[in-house]
Amino acid sequence: MIKALVKILGLAALCGGGGIAHADLLGDAKRGETLFRDCRSCHQVGEGAQNRIGPHLNNIFGRKAGSVGDDYRYSKGLARMGADGLIWSFDTLDAYIENPKALVSDTRMAYRGMKDEKDRADLLAYLRDFSASPANIPESQPTARPREVELSSETLAIVGDKAYGEYLASECLTCHQRSGSNEGIPGVVGWPVEDFVIAMHAYKRQIRPHPVMQMMAGRLSDEEIAALAAYFEDLE
Amino acid sequence: MRLNRRAFIGTGVAATAALQAPMVWSQGRARVVVIGGGAGGATVARYLAKDSNGEIDVVLVEPAKHYYTCFFSNLYIGGFQDMADLGHSYGTLAAEYGVNVVHDWAVGVDRDAKTVTLAGGAVLSYDRLVLSPGIDFVDGSVPGWDVSVQNKMPHAYKGGSQAELLKAQIEAMPEGGRFAMVAPPNPYRCPPGPYERISMVAHLLTQVNPTAKILLVDPKESFSKQALFEEGWQKHYGGMVERIGPDFGGDKVEVRADTMEVIIDGNAEKVDACNVIPGQKAGRICEMAGVTEGNWAPVTGHTMQSRIDGNVYVLGDASNQGDMPKSGYSANSQAKVAAMAIRGELLGSSVFPAKFSNTCWSLIATDDGVKVGAAYEATDEKIASVSSFISQTGEDADLRKQTYEESLGWYAGITSDMFG
Ligand SMILES: Cc1cc2nc3c(=O)[nH]c(=O)nc-3n(C[C@H](O)[C@H](O)[C@H](O)COP(=O)(O)OP(=O)(O)OC[C@H]3O[C@@H](n4cnc5c(N)ncnc54)[C@H](O)[C@@H]3O)c2cc1C
Repeated sequence: MIKALVKILGLAALCGGGGIAHADLLGDAKRGETLFRDCRSCHQVGEGAQNRIGPHLNNIFGRKAGSVGDDYRYSKGLARMGADGLIWSFDTLDAYIENPKALVSDTRMAYRGMKDEKDRADLLAYLRDFSASPANIPESQPTARPREVELSSETLAIVGDKAYGEYLASECLTCHQRSGSNEGIPGVVGWPVEDFVIAMHAYKRQIRPHPVMQMMAGRLSDEEIAALAAYFEDLE
Repeated sequence: MRLNRRAFIGTGVAATAALQAPMVWSQGRARVVVIGGGAGGATVARYLAKDSNGEIDVVLVEPAKHYYTCFFSNLYIGGFQDMADLGHSYGTLAAEYGVNVVHDWAVGVDRDAKTVTLAGGAVLSYDRLVLSPGIDFVDGSVPGWDVSVQNKMPHAYKGGSQAELLKAQIEAMPEGGRFAMVAPPNPYRCPPGPYERISMVAHLLTQVNPTAKILLVDPKESFSKQALFEEGWQKHYGGMVERIGPDFGGDKVEVRADTMEVIIDGNAEKVDACNVIPGQKAGRICEMAGVTEGNWAPVTGHTMQSRIDGNVYVLGDASNQGDMPKSGYSANSQAKVAAMAIRGELLGSSVFPAKFSNTCWSLIATDDGVKVGAAYEATDEKIASVSSFISQTGEDADLRKQTYEESLGWYAGITSDMFG
């Protein structure tokens, strides 16, 4: 718990620089309970919750991704994220629920994503009540949402230069196989542009854990990310 | 796949032309001769052929029919890889990409005439020359050792049979015997390589000869990923590895191959198997081409062009470029910058600012992988590191296992990036 907290705080500190307004307050848990109906066919939460199609969600805050217990089999991608150090916090859950496949490309969670920010805040407020000692989670930090996690529509609208993307991609192909294989290192061939862009920005801002990817993405400009996205989307 | 087929059709025509023309010929197409089919050379040949749609005639000169990667050769010693899986042929480069692969040694370069002479007598003219010959050893680096004793005290630092020999000698050690490694001085290929090897030898001995000892004689004060390796040796192989650094004479070492002795600061130590990794320099062809200064070939990081001759590019271990370690990953990364620069010069295609990166994974024990890496950019002076990371001591087992699995993914990725 302590370790998780340190990570959560570290993450919040990293994301919170530059005078960005945080602290959207906690959402409306009551409304979240209603929204949770969509999740219920796969996930249980509350007393006696069991793993079903999806893992149970008790104590999800502060839990390492892919770590609910031996009897639950995660996708490779989610297990990998967990091993890399992805801890479920307000920020990371928010990103995951918004677009599961953008955060964890091969997740088995067949959910398209909850696009409305307020809906997500409400849903998370509800789930948060089932984490062991929410009192241990400082009110202001993990529930704060740094706005910079979201990409501006200008960033999302950049049309990438494919020729440049092809050159930049040669660096990716040292590890990510051209064939799209997922063995050991996830494939990136054929990703939709938007998922790719969001994923790279998430590495760049260190929301996604993984030192190699954080380093690679860290030095890419918005245009370069768009160029790579444009190139990889069209590869077969 | 689409791209490949186009490249193949384009160069199929050229291959016919090559059959009719004499070896020395200059047709309409520009020709790039690449010497050395390793991490740098195979990659640059593949990218030049793939991205020029047959407009560049790419000739790759490499004596071996199969390239055995040095990377993962330590894992072979540890029993985690089969040697057969570390061999790669040039078949796809020739058949699918239209690279003209010539299995021969380059024995001379005439930079004024722009020709390369092969051991078989052929003379190849070039518009641009790429040298990626890897390393050779510095004469007299370890007194008592030269290549004439490499079968008694293998270096196992060039891949293939030397690693097999070393492994066999370690397996044949008497019970409770002693293995020694003489580690190289800086700079040398693969900074963590000797220490990954120590780990893999320890792993092997733990299985076959658990009372054996390992003596590591090292001229350097410190080494790559030192804290990680030392933690791992303590944890997995407690007491087996003893390191003698320069403070105890690790920099004053000689060997006697006939009596299997390592002499450290005048004291003879008898050993049962011995791996000598001597000091290194650029592959000899660089010196013959006259592009070296001291032991290495200086290049500009913007393009990987030799600082001595702009028509010559030097990649990988042989180059002196600045901050990048001599690794397969680095050579592969540099090759892509060079391929782009060469296409820009010969075909006028777009040239973007050079970016480089490197990550070196090492295996310490079963499922205990670590990594170190950095990103680089070219300045006028050198290739300069801009950011870096390294695995931490005390990481949990899941992360270490995953790091190891990632290295398997990297191996598959880089070898298909080199050989197609
Ligand atoms: C034990 C060990 C472990 C390693 N582990 C890793 C690792 O995990 N990751 C990593 O990135 N790197 C690793 N490396 C380093 C890596 O192998 C080298 O840095 C890399 O191979 C350098 O590429 P290169 O193109 O410069 O030379 P090489 O790959 O050595 O290729 C040179 C080629 O040139 C040919 N050649 C030489 N002279 C001539 C000539 N005159 N004419 C024609 N052909 C010639 C040779 O036959 C050879 O095939 C390791 C090295 C060792 C020894």
